[in-house]
Amino acid sequence: MFENFVVPNLWPAAPEIFLLFMAGLILLVDLGARSPRRGATFLLTYATLALSALLTLWYAAKVLMPSAPDELARVVLTFHNMFIADLLGSFLKALVCLAVLTSLVYSRRYLEERDSIPRGEYCVLALFATLGMLVMISANHFLSLYLGLELLSLSLCALTALQRDNVAAGEAAMKYFVLGALASGMLLYGMSMIYGATGSLEITEVAEQARLMHRTRMDKTVLVFGLVFLVAGLAFKLGVVPFHMWLPDVYHGAPTSVTLLIAAAPKLAALAMMIRLLVGGLFTLSADWQSMLMLLAALSMGLGNFVAIAQRNIKRMLAWSAIAHMGFMLLGLASGAGRNSSRQTVLEAYTASLFYMVTYVLATLAIFGLILLLSRRGFESDELEDFRGLSQRSPWFAAMMLILMLSLAGIPFFVGFVAKFAVLEAVVFSGHYWLAVLAVFFSLVGAFFYLRVIWIMYFDKANENASPIEASFADKTLLSVNSVLVAAIGIFPQFLLGACGYVLARSF
Amino acid sequence: MDFKTLLFFFFSAILLFAALRVITAKNPVHAVLNLILAFFTAACVWLLLEAEFLALVLVMVYIGAVMVLFLFVVMMLDIDLDRLRQGFWRYLPLGVFVGLVVALEMALVLGGEYFYAPDASLPATAADVSNTRELGALLVSRYVYPFELTAALLLMAIVAAVALAFRDRKPARRVDPAEQIRVRAADRLRLVHMPVETDAPAEDATAPDAQPKE
Repeated sequence: MFENFVVPNLWPAAPEIFLLFMAGLILLVDLGARSPRRGATFLLTYATLALSALLTLWYAAKVLMPSAPDELARVVLTFHNMFIADLLGSFLKALVCLAVLTSLVYSRRYLEERDSIPRGEYCVLALFATLGMLVMISANHFLSLYLGLELLSLSLCALTALQRDNVAAGEAAMKYFVLGALASGMLLYGMSMIYGATGSLEITEVAEQARLMHRTRMDKTVLVFGLVFLVAGLAFKLGVVPFHMWLPDVYHGAPTSVTLLIAAAPKLAALAMMIRLLVGGLFTLSADWQSMLMLLAALSMGLGNFVAIAQRNIKRMLAWSAIAHMGFMLLGLASGAGRNSSRQTVLEAYTASLFYMVTYVLATLAIFGLILLLSRRGFESDELEDFRGLSQRSPWFAAMMLILMLSLAGIPFFVGFVAKFAVLEAVVFSGHYWLAVLAVFFSLVGAFFYLRVIWIMYFDKANENASPIEASFADKTLLSVNSVLVAAIGIFPQFLLGACGYVLARSF
Repeated sequence: MDFKTLLFFFFSAILLFAALRVITAKNPVHAVLNLILAFFTAACVWLLLEAEFLALVLVMVYIGAVMVLFLFVVMMLDIDLDRLRQGFWRYLPLGVFVGLVVALEMALVLGGEYFYAPDASLPATAADVSNTRELGALLVSRYVYPFELTAALLLMAIVAAVALAFRDRKPARRVDPAEQIRVRAADRLRLVHMPVETDAPAEDATAPDAQPKE
């Protein structure tokens, strides 16, 4: 029965295997932990995430980076072509591990001050969510992609509901669960249609079949039909209009540390899923999904930026801003295949999207980290009012927030500007001038609510009985490094832009 | 139309009816029972496709374990039907409209001349090929990666379920003999040093409610 069974090459999946092993181990270690602070659990989790990132980078440097003279891309497939390892995947996987690590470091004090959240399970579920993201990023098969997605969204859903005495969190978890199930249903329906049209669940094979259908001028109705559902499911997961309803409630209702986990790293995994399915799998249909993505992008930028103005809660405001930013990021993906597209211009458009996403995640990490640091036992610090006069209470934190807000708003010389500029360049190059004008207009609208936060911090008087800010040295250092990194990339974007371009060029 | 096709349509009709009743039944217990019927007929359809193992698993796992558990849960919960039905008529027109539009659009695409099912006759298999054995071999060889991922997913579900449902028990009022034996006098009896009370100064004792002197 197993005469022709070969053990698959396990090295490309080393980070995933290590992560799963350690998640089990941490579960056991946590069983014996007596102290309510769970110091050992947290340290092991940090070490696991850091080592996973290192493993990913090591494999990338050792196997994926070296190139033969006339080799454009180097891709390693394993597990019967269900697992793909390329530089794009390695880059995103390392970033995901680091983003989750940073999120957990920021959340630690927040969790210690809230007794109703079980800390051991929190760490383990966060690790499972990370595993789900890694699986999604390196999926080359609809089955593994879907399993990774479920692993991610179910663990995040459980994390949201973990604070049981919090009614808002329970409601948020319920919404996340139901709408996530709906999105999964859409995605699966689209996948089944594509399977029906191409006869394969393997993404590279689907691409091959779609190309063949295109060349032989076969009718692609079924494929496009599946694509519609696929894009709808992806839009749900990414949270762009009109599939955005869950986002503000989940961001607002979840405990801030969980919001940080939902808001940062999964966006990278969602981008990877989008690139794998649309660019890797169905690039032949790019003319079809291009117009869908443009519509989604325009709607998200419009609604996101306008509704964010009306928000008084900073988590809710950031949720609407996330919707707007995801719309902007989609513009880059959509403008890849334009009128005069060569391999070079397509890659440049995707580089812009990738750069946009990475910098957005970096800034989001720091902003939510700051909200976490300002909160205390029994006080969430998530209203705009709580930031009143922050510059008088802590000039350094206010300066950090200033950098982050300016960069999200896209003010020149901050990283958001560079990212927006790169995306707009791609849009203009693809010939969709009206879309570029629209994007600039909505960004201007969006600048208002970011600048309002700065106004509140610097020009309003601090609340008399606001308690002092207490944060450990490590937290402060990490937050400062994170924010300064955002500022530094804004001034010297070439390095990160170059890295994004390089990994994309070596993957497709 | 041969007998097998007739059976297929018979089972499909029951399946569709049961599935419809799952969402329309007023009583949640009836809905669950209809779901069991739907699963059972689906297993019958799978049998027609010669997938005996899957049919067996569907009956054993879904009906035997999952649905029975589910039935228990539904019976234990006191579901307020009137609250569930609140706003049903208000949302019905919009829901029906959207559903009809989606169904119509899908029908237009799927009913087109390009949408056809490829010839899907079953490949003839030798009588000595075991369905179960082949499935098992595929699961641990070709599909080992998704198989392991499913295991991770289930482990995560267990962790999440325990974290969400487990409550630390309140200290129960029970007697621990070992602790009773180990007790020492110092645990039960506390000697408190109290100085002997002397007579208070005369002016305070005579006028307890006197005004404080200037």
